[in-house]
Amino acid sequence: MFLTTIFIFFISIFAGFIGALLGLGGAIIVTPALTLLFGVNIKYAIGASIVSVIATSSGAAVAYIRDKMINLRLGMFLEIATTLGAITGALITGLVYPNALFIIFGLLMLYSALAMLRKGHEEVPSPVNTVSPLAERLKLHSEYFDNMLNTQVQYKVTGIYRGFGMMYLAGVVSGLLGIGSGIFKVMAMDMVMKLPLKVSTATSNFMIGVTAAASAGVYFLRGDLNPQIAAPVALGVLFGATAGTRVMKNLKSSTIRKLFIPVLLYIGLQMLLKGLNVKL
Amino acid sequence: MSDVNKNNNAGMENMEILLSNMLRVGVVASAVVILAGLIMFLITRQGGYPAGTYPISLQEIITGLLLLKPFAIIITGLLLLILTPVFRVGASIIIFLMEEDYLYSAITVIVFIILLAALIFGKGM
Repeated sequence: MFLTTIFIFFISIFAGFIGALLGLGGAIIVTPALTLLFGVNIKYAIGASIVSVIATSSGAAVAYIRDKMINLRLGMFLEIATTLGAITGALITGLVYPNALFIIFGLLMLYSALAMLRKGHEEVPSPVNTVSPLAERLKLHSEYFDNMLNTQVQYKVTGIYRGFGMMYLAGVVSGLLGIGSGIFKVMAMDMVMKLPLKVSTATSNFMIGVTAAASAGVYFLRGDLNPQIAAPVALGVLFGATAGTRVMKNLKSSTIRKLFIPVLLYIGLQMLLKGLNVKL
Repeated sequence: MSDVNKNNNAGMENMEILLSNMLRVGVVASAVVILAGLIMFLITRQGGYPAGTYPISLQEIITGLLLLKPFAIIITGLLLLILTPVFRVGASIIIFLMEEDYLYSAITVIVFIILLAALIFGKGM
C-alpha cells in the first residue's frame, strides 16, 4: 500500500510536469498509468484524472499568472465557449452519434500535428496582418517576456470567431469523450488565433481547471474520488506542475512544439479509432 | 501607447499578482491538508471508514474531520483543490470590477453562472 502510494506519487509528478509544459491536464498519463500499471478501477482512475487536471491547472497558474504568460482576458472570453460546449456535450450524450465528431476531430488533430511540424523552428508567430476589430474591442492583444529569447514579445490575436467556434466544439467533443480538452485549446489558440505557443499552453492551463471543476462535483457525489488514489495524484501533480512552470519559461517554443506533436498524433489516432469503432 | 492603455496594463499587472498570490494560498492550503491526511493514513494504515468506503456527503466529511479521520481530511483537501478554479473565477470578477473593466466583469460573471449551472445540472445526472 505504501509503495503503491509512492509510485502513484512519482508518476503524477511526471504527469503534472508534462501537463504544465504542454497546457494539458495530465489525464492522458494519469488514467492509463493508474488502470494499466496499478489495476485501479477505471471509475477511480477518471476521478483521479479530474483531480489531476485541476491540480495541474491551479499549480501552474500560480506561476504563469505571476509571469504574465497567461492571457487572462482571452482565457475568460474563451471559457464561455468551452463551458457552454462541455454542457452541450453532456446534454447530447446519448442523443447524437458522436462517431462523426470523433473522426472530424481526430483528423483535425492529425492535420494540426502536420501544421506544427511545418512550423519547425519558429519561436514567435509572424506578425498578424489582418486587423481584427473584435480583438481590439475585447482588448485581447498582449505581451509576455520570453526568458529564452530574452525579449518582450508583443502579439496580436486574430481569428476570434473561428477560435471561439472551435473552442465551443472542443468543449462539446471533450464533454462527450472525456479527454482532449487541453490539447484542443492549445490547437485553437496556436493555429487559429495565432498566439505564441508559450502563451497558448499557459492560457490553456489556466482554462482547463475551470472546465474540470464544473464536472468534478459530479464525480465527487458519485463517489469516484477515492482518497487513497486521488491524494498521491493531487500532491504529485501539484509538485510536478510547479517544477514544469520553472522549466517551461526557459524552453524554446520549438522544443515545446516537438514534445507536443507526438501527443497530438497519439490522441488524434485514438479519436480516429474510436470514431471508426476500432478497438485495440 | 496611449495613457489609457498604460493605466490599463498597470492595473492588469496588479490584478495578476493579486490573483497569483490568492491562488497560491488556496493551492498550498489544499496540499498541506491532503498531505496531512495521507501521512496519517500511511502511518495508521486506516482511513477511519470500513474498507473500500469513504465519506461522500458534506455531513459525513465534517463529522469525520472533527474525529480526525484520515480519509475525511484527504477529501477536505481535495475539495479545497477542486474549489480553487471556481474561486479563481470569482476573484477575477471582483478584480475586474475593481479595475472598472465592466466588459470583462460581465464576461467573467457569465463564466461563473455557466459554472454554477454545470454544477447544479451535474447533480441531476
